[in-house]
Amino acid sequence: MMKYVRQLCLILGFSFLGEALHALLPLPVPAPVYGLVLLFAALAFRLVKPRHIRETGGFLTLLLPLLFVSPVVSLLDTWEQVSPSLLPVLVIIIASTLITFGISGVVTQLLMDRLKRRDEGAPREGGEA
Amino acid sequence: MTAFLQNSTFFAVLLTVAAFCLGTFLQKKFKSPLLNPILTGAVTVMITLSLLGISNADYQAAVRPLSFLMTPATICLAIAFYEQLLKLKGDLPLICIGTVAGTLGSLGSILLLSKLFGLEHTLLFSLLPKSVTTAIGAVLSEEGGGIPAVTTAAIICTGILGNMAGPLLCRIFRLRDPVARGVAFGTASHVIGTARANEMDPLTGAVSTFSLTLAGLLTAVCFSFLV
Repeated sequence: MMKYVRQLCLILGFSFLGEALHALLPLPVPAPVYGLVLLFAALAFRLVKPRHIRETGGFLTLLLPLLFVSPVVSLLDTWEQVSPSLLPVLVIIIASTLITFGISGVVTQLLMDRLKRRDEGAPREGGEA
Repeated sequence: MTAFLQNSTFFAVLLTVAAFCLGTFLQKKFKSPLLNPILTGAVTVMITLSLLGISNADYQAAVRPLSFLMTPATICLAIAFYEQLLKLKGDLPLICIGTVAGTLGSLGSILLLSKLFGLEHTLLFSLLPKSVTTAIGAVLSEEGGGIPAVTTAAIICTGILGNMAGPLLCRIFRLRDPVARGVAFGTASHVIGTARANEMDPLTGAVSTFSLTLAGLLTAVCFSFLV
Protein backbone atom coordinates (compact mmCIF):
# COMPACT_ATOMS: atom_id res chain seq x y z
CA MET A 1 0.00 0.00 0.00
CA MET A 2 2.74 2.43 0.99
CA LYS A 3 4.40 1.56 -2.31
CA TYR A 4 1.74 3.45 -4.28
CA VAL A 5 2.02 6.50 -2.04
CA ARG A 6 5.81 6.50 -2.43
CA GLN A 7 5.42 6.27 -6.21
CA LEU A 8 2.92 9.13 -6.17
CA CYS A 9 5.34 11.16 -4.10
CA LEU A 10 8.09 10.67 -6.68
CA ILE A 11 5.77 11.59 -9.58
CA LEU A 12 4.53 14.71 -7.79
CA GLY A 13 8.17 15.60 -7.11
CA PHE A 14 8.95 15.57 -10.82
CA SER A 15 5.75 17.53 -11.53
CA PHE A 16 6.92 20.18 -9.09
CA LEU A 17 10.43 20.26 -10.59
CA GLY A 18 8.84 20.76 -14.02
CA GLU A 19 6.69 23.58 -12.67
CA ALA A 20 9.71 25.19 -11.01
CA LEU A 21 11.85 25.03 -14.17
CA HIS A 22 8.98 26.47 -16.18
CA ALA A 23 8.82 29.41 -13.79
CA LEU A 24 12.60 29.91 -13.65
CA LEU A 25 13.66 29.49 -17.29
CA PRO A 26 12.48 32.03 -19.86
CA LEU A 27 11.69 29.36 -22.52
CA PRO A 28 8.22 28.63 -23.91
CA VAL A 29 8.51 25.00 -22.79
CA PRO A 30 5.45 23.65 -20.94
CA ALA A 31 5.97 22.41 -17.36
CA PRO A 32 4.93 18.79 -18.16
CA VAL A 33 7.61 18.62 -20.89
CA TYR A 34 10.32 19.62 -18.41
CA GLY A 35 8.99 17.03 -15.97
CA LEU A 36 8.89 14.33 -18.66
CA VAL A 37 12.47 15.03 -19.75
CA LEU A 38 13.71 15.12 -16.14
CA LEU A 39 12.00 11.84 -15.27
CA PHE A 40 13.39 10.27 -18.44
CA ALA A 41 16.90 11.49 -17.57
CA ALA A 42 16.52 10.09 -14.04
CA LEU A 43 15.51 6.72 -15.54
CA ALA A 44 18.31 6.78 -18.11
CA PHE A 45 20.93 7.56 -15.43
CA ARG A 46 19.33 4.92 -13.17
CA LEU A 47 18.61 7.40 -10.39
CA VAL A 48 15.02 6.15 -10.62
CA LYS A 49 14.17 2.57 -11.61
CA PRO A 50 10.97 1.71 -13.47
CA ARG A 51 9.83 -0.39 -10.50
CA HIS A 52 9.91 2.76 -8.35
CA ILE A 53 7.07 4.32 -10.34
CA ARG A 54 5.55 1.67 -12.62
CA GLU A 55 2.19 0.98 -10.92
CA THR A 56 1.08 4.52 -10.06
CA GLY A 57 2.62 5.84 -13.28
CA GLY A 58 0.79 3.24 -15.36
CA PHE A 59 -2.49 4.11 -13.65
CA LEU A 60 -2.03 7.83 -14.29
CA THR A 61 -1.16 7.23 -17.95
CA LEU A 62 -4.32 5.15 -18.38
CA LEU A 63 -6.26 8.06 -16.91
CA LEU A 64 -4.97 10.53 -19.55
CA PRO A 65 -7.86 10.16 -22.06
CA LEU A 66 -10.37 10.99 -19.32
CA LEU A 67 -8.48 14.21 -18.56
CA PHE A 68 -8.96 15.44 -22.14
CA VAL A 69 -12.75 15.57 -21.90
CA SER A 70 -12.99 18.91 -20.09
CA PRO A 71 -10.60 20.76 -22.49
CA VAL A 72 -12.79 19.76 -25.43
CA VAL A 73 -15.87 21.08 -23.62
CA SER A 74 -14.29 24.56 -23.89
CA LEU A 75 -15.13 24.42 -27.60
CA LEU A 76 -18.52 25.69 -26.40
CA ASP A 77 -16.89 29.08 -25.83
CA THR A 78 -14.63 29.18 -28.88
CA TRP A 79 -16.98 27.75 -31.45
CA GLU A 80 -17.87 31.18 -32.88
CA GLN A 81 -14.20 31.86 -33.51
CA VAL A 82 -13.64 28.56 -35.28
CA SER A 83 -16.81 27.95 -37.26
CA PRO A 84 -16.12 30.45 -40.09
CA SER A 85 -12.81 28.67 -40.85
CA LEU A 86 -14.15 25.17 -40.28
CA LEU A 87 -13.57 23.92 -43.83
CA PRO A 88 -9.91 25.00 -44.18
CA VAL A 89 -9.24 23.72 -40.66
CA LEU A 90 -10.61 20.28 -41.57
CA VAL A 91 -8.67 20.23 -44.85
CA ILE A 92 -5.44 21.11 -43.00
CA ILE A 93 -6.05 18.44 -40.36
CA ILE A 94 -6.63 15.71 -42.94
CA ALA A 95 -3.90 16.73 -45.40
CA SER A 96 -1.17 17.26 -42.84
CA THR A 97 -1.98 13.99 -41.06
CA LEU A 98 -1.58 12.08 -44.35
CA ILE A 99 1.64 13.97 -45.13
CA THR A 100 3.09 13.30 -41.66
CA PHE A 101 2.16 9.61 -41.82
CA GLY A 102 3.71 9.33 -45.29
CA ILE A 103 6.96 11.20 -44.61
CA SER A 104 7.76 9.50 -41.30
CA GLY A 105 6.87 6.03 -42.58
CA VAL A 106 8.54 6.28 -45.98
CA VAL A 107 11.76 7.79 -44.60
CA THR A 108 12.06 4.97 -42.04
CA GLN A 109 11.18 2.28 -44.59
CA LEU A 110 13.74 3.57 -47.13
CA LEU A 111 16.47 3.69 -44.49
CA MET A 112 15.65 0.15 -43.37
CA ASP A 113 15.72 -1.16 -46.95
CA ARG A 114 19.06 0.48 -47.55
CA LEU A 115 20.47 -0.90 -44.30
CA LYS A 116 19.24 -4.40 -45.10
CA ARG A 117 20.84 -4.25 -48.55
CA ARG A 118 24.11 -3.12 -47.03
CA ASP A 119 23.98 -5.92 -44.45
CA GLU A 120 23.40 -8.46 -47.22
CA GLY A 121 26.39 -7.11 -49.13
CA ALA A 122 28.61 -7.20 -46.08
CA PRO A 123 27.12 -9.77 -43.69
CA ARG A 124 29.34 -8.80 -40.77
CA GLU A 125 27.17 -7.02 -38.20
CA GLY A 126 28.61 -3.67 -37.25
CA GLY A 127 26.93 -3.14 -33.88
CA GLU A 128 26.05 0.47 -34.64
CA ALA A 129 23.22 0.95 -37.14
CA MET B 1 -30.50 23.90 -7.97
CA THR B 2 -28.41 25.29 -10.81
CA ALA B 3 -26.65 27.58 -8.34
CA PHE B 4 -25.62 24.58 -6.28
CA LEU B 5 -24.64 22.38 -9.24
CA GLN B 6 -22.57 25.01 -11.04
CA ASN B 7 -20.22 25.36 -8.08
CA SER B 8 -20.13 21.71 -7.10
CA THR B 9 -16.74 20.14 -7.77
CA PHE B 10 -18.04 16.62 -7.31
CA PHE B 11 -20.89 17.21 -9.72
CA ALA B 12 -18.48 18.49 -12.40
CA VAL B 13 -16.01 15.64 -11.88
CA LEU B 14 -18.79 13.05 -11.67
CA LEU B 15 -20.38 14.37 -14.85
CA THR B 16 -17.03 14.21 -16.67
CA VAL B 17 -16.15 10.71 -15.50
CA ALA B 18 -19.68 9.39 -16.13
CA ALA B 19 -19.76 10.94 -19.63
CA PHE B 20 -16.41 9.33 -20.42
CA CYS B 21 -17.67 5.95 -19.16
CA LEU B 22 -20.71 6.31 -21.39
CA GLY B 23 -18.33 7.07 -24.26
CA THR B 24 -16.22 3.95 -23.68
CA PHE B 25 -19.43 1.90 -23.42
CA LEU B 26 -20.67 3.24 -26.78
CA GLN B 27 -17.29 2.59 -28.40
CA LYS B 28 -17.26 -1.00 -27.15
CA LYS B 29 -20.82 -1.59 -28.24
CA PHE B 30 -20.51 -0.18 -31.78
CA LYS B 31 -16.79 -0.89 -32.25
CA SER B 32 -16.24 2.29 -34.26
CA PRO B 33 -13.15 4.48 -33.80
CA LEU B 34 -15.38 7.42 -34.79
CA LEU B 35 -17.05 7.08 -31.39
CA ASN B 36 -13.97 8.23 -29.52
CA PRO B 37 -14.88 8.40 -25.81
CA ILE B 38 -13.16 11.80 -25.44
CA LEU B 39 -15.41 13.27 -28.15
CA THR B 40 -18.64 11.51 -27.14
CA GLY B 41 -17.86 12.28 -23.49
CA ALA B 42 -17.28 15.97 -24.23
CA VAL B 43 -20.49 16.21 -26.28
CA THR B 44 -22.42 14.57 -23.45
CA VAL B 45 -20.99 17.10 -20.98
CA MET B 46 -21.78 20.01 -23.34
CA ILE B 47 -25.40 18.87 -23.72
CA THR B 48 -25.83 18.39 -19.96
CA LEU B 49 -24.33 21.81 -19.21
CA SER B 50 -26.60 23.62 -21.64
CA LEU B 51 -29.68 21.73 -20.37
CA LEU B 52 -28.86 22.76 -16.81
CA GLY B 53 -27.87 26.30 -17.81
CA ILE B 54 -24.33 26.02 -16.45
CA SER B 55 -21.67 28.08 -18.23
CA ASN B 56 -18.42 26.56 -19.48
CA ALA B 57 -16.42 28.92 -17.25
CA ASP B 58 -18.21 27.64 -14.13
CA TYR B 59 -17.76 24.04 -15.24
CA GLN B 60 -14.03 24.51 -15.92
CA ALA B 61 -13.53 26.11 -12.50
CA ALA B 62 -15.37 23.26 -10.76
CA VAL B 63 -13.63 20.48 -12.68
CA ARG B 64 -10.14 21.85 -11.99
CA PRO B 65 -9.17 19.14 -9.44
CA LEU B 66 -9.44 16.61 -12.27
CA SER B 67 -7.42 18.71 -14.74
CA PHE B 68 -4.77 18.98 -12.04
CA LEU B 69 -3.81 15.35 -12.78
CA MET B 70 -2.78 16.26 -16.34
CA THR B 71 0.82 17.21 -15.51
CA PRO B 72 1.70 14.13 -13.41
CA ALA B 73 -0.03 11.86 -15.94
CA THR B 74 1.91 13.39 -18.85
CA ILE B 75 5.21 13.07 -17.02
CA CYS B 76 4.54 9.35 -16.63
CA LEU B 77 4.78 8.93 -20.42
CA ALA B 78 8.52 8.94 -19.71
CA ILE B 79 8.21 5.46 -18.19
CA ALA B 80 6.84 3.81 -21.36
CA PHE B 81 9.28 5.88 -23.45
CA TYR B 82 12.24 4.60 -21.42
CA GLU B 83 11.07 0.98 -21.43
CA GLN B 84 10.50 0.99 -25.22
CA LEU B 85 13.89 2.59 -25.73
CA LEU B 86 15.54 -0.45 -24.14
CA LYS B 87 13.66 -2.80 -26.47
CA LEU B 88 14.38 -0.95 -29.72
CA LYS B 89 18.15 -0.54 -29.48
CA GLY B 90 19.42 -1.39 -33.02
CA ASP B 91 16.64 0.35 -34.94
CA LEU B 92 16.71 3.40 -32.71
CA PRO B 93 18.67 5.76 -35.02
CA LEU B 94 16.31 5.01 -37.94
CA ILE B 95 13.27 5.51 -35.75
CA CYS B 96 14.60 8.86 -34.57
CA ILE B 97 15.38 10.05 -38.12
CA GLY B 98 11.91 8.99 -39.32
CA THR B 99 10.21 10.74 -36.41
CA VAL B 100 12.21 13.95 -36.92
CA ALA B 101 11.36 13.96 -40.65
CA GLY B 102 7.67 13.36 -39.92
CA THR B 103 7.49 16.06 -37.23
CA LEU B 104 9.12 18.63 -39.52
CA GLY B 105 6.73 17.51 -42.28
CA SER B 106 3.78 17.97 -39.95
CA LEU B 107 4.78 21.49 -38.82
CA GLY B 108 5.83 22.49 -42.36
CA SER B 109 2.66 21.30 -44.02
CA ILE B 110 0.45 23.02 -41.44
CA LEU B 111 2.40 26.30 -41.78
CA LEU B 112 2.21 26.14 -45.58
CA LEU B 113 -1.47 25.20 -45.79
CA SER B 114 -2.44 27.82 -43.20
CA LYS B 115 -0.66 30.50 -45.25
CA LEU B 116 -2.44 29.19 -48.35
CA PHE B 117 -5.87 29.45 -46.70
CA GLY B 118 -4.96 32.75 -45.00
CA LEU B 119 -5.70 31.37 -41.56
CA GLU B 120 -5.31 33.75 -38.63
CA HIS B 121 -2.47 33.42 -36.13
CA THR B 122 -4.63 31.98 -33.31
CA LEU B 123 -5.89 29.16 -35.49
CA LEU B 124 -2.44 28.45 -36.94
CA PHE B 125 -1.00 28.00 -33.46
CA SER B 126 -4.03 25.95 -32.46
CA LEU B 127 -3.36 23.52 -35.32
CA LEU B 128 0.46 23.35 -35.28
CA PRO B 129 0.76 20.90 -32.37
CA LYS B 130 -2.08 18.70 -33.63
CA SER B 131 -0.06 15.54 -34.28
CA VAL B 132 1.32 15.21 -30.76
CA THR B 133 -0.34 13.87 -27.67
CA THR B 134 -2.96 16.18 -26.12
CA ALA B 135 -1.10 16.68 -22.85
CA ILE B 136 1.81 18.31 -24.68
CA GLY B 137 -0.10 19.78 -27.64
CA ALA B 138 -2.73 21.67 -25.66
CA VAL B 139 -0.13 23.36 -23.46
CA LEU B 140 2.06 24.26 -26.45
CA SER B 141 -0.96 25.80 -28.16
CA GLU B 142 -1.61 27.99 -25.13
CA GLU B 143 2.03 29.10 -24.96
CA GLY B 144 1.93 30.08 -28.63
CA GLY B 145 -1.32 32.03 -28.41
CA GLY B 146 -3.58 29.32 -29.80
CA ILE B 147 -6.88 28.03 -28.40
CA PRO B 148 -6.30 24.85 -26.36
CA ALA B 149 -9.88 23.64 -26.93
CA VAL B 150 -9.42 23.80 -30.73
CA THR B 151 -6.05 22.09 -30.44
CA THR B 152 -7.49 19.31 -28.31
CA ALA B 153 -10.32 18.71 -30.79
CA ALA B 154 -7.87 18.80 -33.74
CA ILE B 155 -5.55 16.37 -31.95
CA ILE B 156 -8.38 13.93 -31.36
CA CYS B 157 -9.58 14.17 -35.00
CA THR B 158 -6.00 13.54 -36.13
CA GLY B 159 -5.75 10.51 -33.87
CA ILE B 160 -9.05 9.07 -35.09
CA LEU B 161 -7.98 9.60 -38.70
CA GLY B 162 -4.67 7.79 -38.11
CA ASN B 163 -6.45 5.03 -36.25
CA MET B 164 -8.99 4.46 -39.04
CA ALA B 165 -6.93 5.12 -42.16
CA GLY B 166 -3.58 3.85 -40.83
CA PRO B 167 -3.70 0.30 -42.24
CA LEU B 168 -4.77 1.62 -45.66
CA LEU B 169 -2.04 4.29 -45.58
CA CYS B 170 0.53 1.60 -44.76
CA ARG B 171 -0.44 -0.10 -48.03
CA ILE B 172 -0.50 3.13 -50.07
CA PHE B 173 2.94 4.23 -48.83
CA ARG B 174 4.25 0.61 -49.04
CA LEU B 175 5.32 0.44 -45.42
CA ARG B 176 6.18 -3.26 -45.09
CA ASP B 177 8.31 -3.15 -42.00
CA PRO B 178 6.55 -3.14 -38.60
CA VAL B 179 9.11 -0.57 -37.38
CA ALA B 180 8.41 1.87 -40.25
CA ARG B 181 4.67 1.44 -39.63
CA GLY B 182 5.14 2.19 -35.93
CA VAL B 183 7.05 5.40 -36.68
CA ALA B 184 4.25 6.53 -39.01
CA PHE B 185 1.47 5.78 -36.51
CA GLY B 186 3.23 7.37 -33.55
CA THR B 187 4.49 10.49 -35.31
CA ALA B 188 1.26 11.24 -37.15
CA SER B 189 -1.45 10.13 -34.77
CA HIS B 190 -0.08 9.85 -31.19
CA VAL B 191 -1.88 7.74 -28.59
CA ILE B 192 -5.11 7.13 -30.52
CA GLY B 193 -3.18 5.89 -33.57
CA THR B 194 -0.94 3.81 -31.32
CA ALA B 195 -3.99 1.84 -30.18
CA ARG B 196 -4.42 0.60 -33.77
CA ALA B 197 -0.66 0.07 -34.16
CA ASN B 198 -0.79 -2.23 -31.13
CA GLU B 199 -3.49 -4.30 -32.80
CA MET B 200 -1.43 -4.71 -35.98
CA ASP B 201 1.77 -5.88 -34.29
CA PRO B 202 3.19 -5.49 -30.76
CA LEU B 203 6.47 -4.21 -32.22
CA THR B 204 4.58 -1.60 -34.26
CA GLY B 205 2.86 -0.52 -31.04
CA ALA B 206 6.14 -0.26 -29.13
CA VAL B 207 7.77 1.84 -31.86
CA SER B 208 4.65 4.00 -32.05
CA THR B 209 4.76 4.70 -28.30
CA PHE B 210 8.38 5.74 -28.61
CA SER B 211 7.77 7.92 -31.68
CA LEU B 212 4.79 9.70 -30.21
CA THR B 213 6.75 10.80 -27.16
CA LEU B 214 9.74 11.84 -29.24
CA ALA B 215 7.46 13.74 -31.65
CA GLY B 216 5.92 15.55 -28.67
CA LEU B 217 9.31 16.61 -27.38
CA LEU B 218 10.53 17.65 -30.84
CA THR B 219 7.40 19.71 -31.40
CA ALA B 220 8.00 21.41 -28.05
CA VAL B 221 11.57 22.22 -29.14
CA CYS B 222 10.41 23.58 -32.53
CA PHE B 223 7.80 25.65 -30.73
CA SER B 224 10.40 27.40 -28.64
CA PHE B 225 11.81 28.73 -31.95
CA LEU B 226 8.45 29.61 -33.48
CA VAL B 227 6.89 31.43 -30.53
